[in-house]
Amino acid sequence: MPGYSDPGFDTLALHAGAAPDPTTGARAVPIHLTTSFVFESSDHAASLFNLERAGHVYSRISNPTNAVLEQRVSALEGGIGAIATASGQAALHLSVATLMGAGSHIVASTALYGGSQNLLHYTMRRFGIETTFVKPGDLDGWRAAIRPNTKLLFGETVGNPGLDVLDIPAVSDIAHAAGVPLLVDSTLTSPYLIKPFDWGADLVYHSATKFLSGHGTVIGGIVVDSGSFDWEASGRFAELTQAYEGFHNMVFSDESTVGAFLLRARREGLRDFGASMSPHTAWLILQGIETLPLRMERHIDNTQKVVEFLATHPFVEHVGHPLLPSHPSHELAGKLLRHGAKGAGSVFSFNLKGNREQGKKFIETLRLFSHLANVGDCRSLVIHPASTTHFRMSDEALAGAGITQGTIRLSIGLEDPADLIDDLKRALKAAEKAA
Amino acid sequence: MKITVNGHGLYAYTGGKAFDAAKPTVVFIHGVLNDHSVWILQSRWFAHHGWNVLAIDLPGHCKSGGKPPASVEEAAQTVIALLDATGVQRAALVGHSFGSLIALETAARAPDRVSHLAMVGTAYPMKVSPALLESSLNEPQKAIAMVNMFSHSTLAPPLGPGAWLYGSSRALMRRVLNSNRDANVFHIGFNACNGYTNGEAAIDALACPVLFLLGKGDQMTLASAAKPLISRARDAKVVMVPAGHALMGEAPEEVLFALADFLKGPSGA
Repeated sequence: MPGYSDPGFDTLALHAGAAPDPTTGARAVPIHLTTSFVFESSDHAASLFNLERAGHVYSRISNPTNAVLEQRVSALEGGIGAIATASGQAALHLSVATLMGAGSHIVASTALYGGSQNLLHYTMRRFGIETTFVKPGDLDGWRAAIRPNTKLLFGETVGNPGLDVLDIPAVSDIAHAAGVPLLVDSTLTSPYLIKPFDWGADLVYHSATKFLSGHGTVIGGIVVDSGSFDWEASGRFAELTQAYEGFHNMVFSDESTVGAFLLRARREGLRDFGASMSPHTAWLILQGIETLPLRMERHIDNTQKVVEFLATHPFVEHVGHPLLPSHPSHELAGKLLRHGAKGAGSVFSFNLKGNREQGKKFIETLRLFSHLANVGDCRSLVIHPASTTHFRMSDEALAGAGITQGTIRLSIGLEDPADLIDDLKRALKAAEKAA
Repeated sequence: MKITVNGHGLYAYTGGKAFDAAKPTVVFIHGVLNDHSVWILQSRWFAHHGWNVLAIDLPGHCKSGGKPPASVEEAAQTVIALLDATGVQRAALVGHSFGSLIALETAARAPDRVSHLAMVGTAYPMKVSPALLESSLNEPQKAIAMVNMFSHSTLAPPLGPGAWLYGSSRALMRRVLNSNRDANVFHIGFNACNGYTNGEAAIDALACPVLFLLGKGDQMTLASAAKPLISRARDAKVVMVPAGHALMGEAPEEVLFALADFLKGPSGA
């Protein structure tokens, strides 16, 4: 440990979970691309399977490279541990499937990534788990939606794509008063712009595909536990506080006072659902995290310049970023996020004044911005949510998420900001002429 | 399991195996602002290797009722009462930090009841700085941050799957503090460590072998601070492991091997 106070974010982004390899001296994290790990003896094997000794057995359950990533993201979030998963969606599913089964209920924000809305509204319902959606700022709505069988409250730090900032302190208070944990998707902010645990969230997950990786190369997810939620005191989580026949009648909350959720999520969820991350993916995400603080600063600097440009452009009807005082989350963003409202990230939407054809012309004229379905890349990206990421949603659900047919979503990258503005200027002109 | 000790329910984790008084017994005793779960790996291993495990939550901590012990001596009486309540005639004692002093005092008070004594991350005297004592009372979250910083020697403990020890230690301390709304177990525990003065007499009274299991990078209880006890012990073994004060988490394998080797050795007369 380097000094007398907690290590800072930038230090943890480079060092948490990794030291020079004791065998080879390798300074960078080695990629342990192996399915399995040799046992020293039969007794060693049995002890590893029975959680008596620290170590790895099979890479679906755990892997040394993944373990570094898990420790690092835990450190950056201020958590107790994490589980790397095959995708962000796998992290959400793992969280839900660990905490509940058929007959359970979730209260979720309406301002969610389309895939998350789909998972909760359609797919989990098929497995007997119902979700009630409430507007993220409707605190009475959150409170009223909680039922005796509610197991989870869930929202995004800044809702996709309208950037409604979740009032984590208020929603977590509502959750905790009911004995329910709050899960937060922090993908769009990354731990650099907000640490949801500091504001009362209990579980956080990321699509690590986005800013954590940062380079648009791999699909991955990670769920982090704060260790602060008392599963026994809640009384709603027999999954964690009663003997589990599927693992030697283990009572997870007896085994680990603060780590019961992660124990079950790994020992059941990764074992049985198997949505684990490749060690090669973990390594690439680790590479990304090493420069996360530098990249996030540039992402939000560039975003500020682009927002200021768009906000004054005559062909733009509305820009949805909390940087602007007109945004409903302007004040809350200033309270919760690093750098205030500027910290609401680099993924935001705006509306053109033109029609749908003009919108198409705008997107197709852009040169630096790539038209694709991702965000959080180091390169700038653009998409039309209503026909892509959120296309399965009804008009009503779209409206709930703040999306219209004319909404364009940008993910601002790390290019020279003047070049990005030139690209947008040219495309806006082309769109105007297409009327 | 819960055992009634001195009129209150005392929680003891049994390592995933039912308590069986016929087996040799090892009692694990945690330190200040910790609970049984700091021994998660070691206690589970012993329970599945022929031992009867009682990894306790001290009174007033987490799952145990009663008042938190105000002194090492009071805690030692609780451990003796636990042995009585469970019908265990003789047990090995393994204590960490504050728990190591409790184990020492127990072994001195009831030498015929203790087969082995393992003192993990120990020091004597176990003085707590006035600043930390004051913080533990008036600014416990600040004191937790200080203790957490001093308890860890590395940002990369060689653990298995995805546990961030630095964060889990902090979360556990917060949980234990919050588990008792009537008493500040943090301050009371530190006061008990600070006020313990019977170490020399206790080590002289031992009738069993003692293991000093120390962290090379321990900043809370420096390895050198165990010398006053080591130098007086008649039958002592010293093992140094590459870890800070959170030895069980930072060096789980080394701690396990040292304990397993020690406990399979000869017991006291």
